[in-house]
Amino acid sequence: MYKDPEERKKEQKAKDSPMQILWDGILFENPVFRLVLGTCPLLAITTSAKNAVSMGLAVIFVQMGSEVIISLFRKMIPEKVRIPAFITIIAGFVTIVQMLVSAYLPALNDSLGIYIPLIVVNCIVLARAEAFASKKTVVASLFDGLGMGVGFTVALFLMGSIREILGAGTFFGLDLPLFGTQIEPMMFFILPPGGFFVFGICICFSQMFVKWMDKKRGKPASASPVAGQCDACGSCSACSGSEGVSK
Amino acid sequence: MKELMIILFSAILVDNFVLSKFLGICSFLGVSKSLKTAMGMSGAVVLVMLASTALTWPIQYLLLDPLGLGYLQTLVFILVIAALVQMIEMVMKKTMPPLYNALGIFLPLITTNCAVLGVAILNITKSYSFLDAMVNALGGGLGYTLSLFLFSGVRSKVDKADVPEALKGLPITLIAASLVAVSFFGFKGLVENLFS
Repeated sequence: MYKDPEERKKEQKAKDSPMQILWDGILFENPVFRLVLGTCPLLAITTSAKNAVSMGLAVIFVQMGSEVIISLFRKMIPEKVRIPAFITIIAGFVTIVQMLVSAYLPALNDSLGIYIPLIVVNCIVLARAEAFASKKTVVASLFDGLGMGVGFTVALFLMGSIREILGAGTFFGLDLPLFGTQIEPMMFFILPPGGFFVFGICICFSQMFVKWMDKKRGKPASASPVAGQCDACGSCSACSGSEGVSK
Repeated sequence: MKELMIILFSAILVDNFVLSKFLGICSFLGVSKSLKTAMGMSGAVVLVMLASTALTWPIQYLLLDPLGLGYLQTLVFILVIAALVQMIEMVMKKTMPPLYNALGIFLPLITTNCAVLGVAILNITKSYSFLDAMVNALGGGLGYTLSLFLFSGVRSKVDKADVPEALKGLPITLIAASLVAVSFFGFKGLVENLFS
C-alpha cells in the first residue's frame, strides 16, 4: 500500500483536488448527459421527482461504497478475475440497499420495483470501478463515487421534475396551481415515449451548454456524447476483462 | 395455452422490454447503427435470456428458497448469468464456429445488459411457473429483436436527415426512439381483446 512520497505527490497533482473530481462528476463528466451511462434506470424511474431522487440516493450509496471497497482491495484482486470480483462487491451493496428499502420504505420499494436490483448492471457503477477505483487511492475514489453519484442524481432530478411537472401537473406529489385548472397535463411526458423525448432534449441542451463553456474558457470543444462507444460505455472494458478470464 | 399466448404477446408488443420497460437501452442505442449488428445482438440476447431463465428459475425455487437465502437473489443471479455467458461463449467457439462468428462477439456485452437480469428477476417477482417463465423470456427476447429491427431501420433514415446542429447525433436518435415507442403504444389493450 505504501508509496514513496515523490510519486504520491505527482499522482496527487495529476488528478487534481477532490473538489475538481467532484465538480467533474457533476458537470463536465456528468455520467448521464456527457458519458451516456445508466440510461435504463434514468428513463424508467424519472416519471416523478420523488422516485428520481430516491433512486439517485440509492445509486450514490452503492457507488461510494463499492468504489471505496474496490479501491481498498485494488492491490489484492488478481487482474484476471477483477470484473467478477467488482460485480460481487457491487451486488453486495445493492443487496444492502434492497433490504433497507424493503424494510423501511415499502411504498418506495413498490414504485422502484426491479430497478433497485438492476443497479448491479448499471454501467456507471461498473465503469467507474474499472476506470477509476481500481487504479486510484481510497480518498480519490470516495470523491469520485460521490461526484458520479451526485451527477447521476442531479440528472435524474432534472428529468424527473420536467416529466412530472409537464406530464402530471405536480411536483413531488404537490399540485401546481397553474396546471390542472387551466391546462390539462400532457400525459405523453410520463409515458415511456416521453422519457426518450425529454432525454433527447436534455442532452441537446447540455451539449450546447458545454460548448458554450468550452468557448468561454478558451478550451478546444469537447466531443459530443455518443451512446454505445467503447470508452464511454464501460461494459467494453468489462468484456475485454471477461475475454481475459476465458483464455 | 391461452395464458401462455397472452404472456408471449404482451412481452413482445405491449410490455416491450426496450420501449416500455427501458431494459437494455445501452445496447439498443449502441448496436442499432446497422441492421446486421442489430440482428446479431438480438440473436445473442434471445439465446442468453432463454438459457439464463432456464437456470435462474430452478436456482431460486430449488436452492435459494428452501435454504431461506432469498436475499442473495441479485448476487447469485448476476454471477450465474456472467458464468453462463462465459460458458456459452466457450462452447459455441468450440462446437459451432459459424454461429460464434455471427453472435459470439456480442456475448460478452450481454453480461451487463439489464434486459437479461431484468427478465430473470421479473419471472420471480411475478411468480411465474417454469413454463410461463420460459415463454416470458422468449417473448422478451423477441420483443427486443423487434424493437431493434424497427429502430435500426428508422435510424438509417434519421442519420441521413438534415437536422439542426444542436440536435445532431444522440438527441435526434433519442427523439426518433421516442416516436418508435409511441407506435408501440398502439398495441395497448390489444392482447386482452385478441384472446378473450
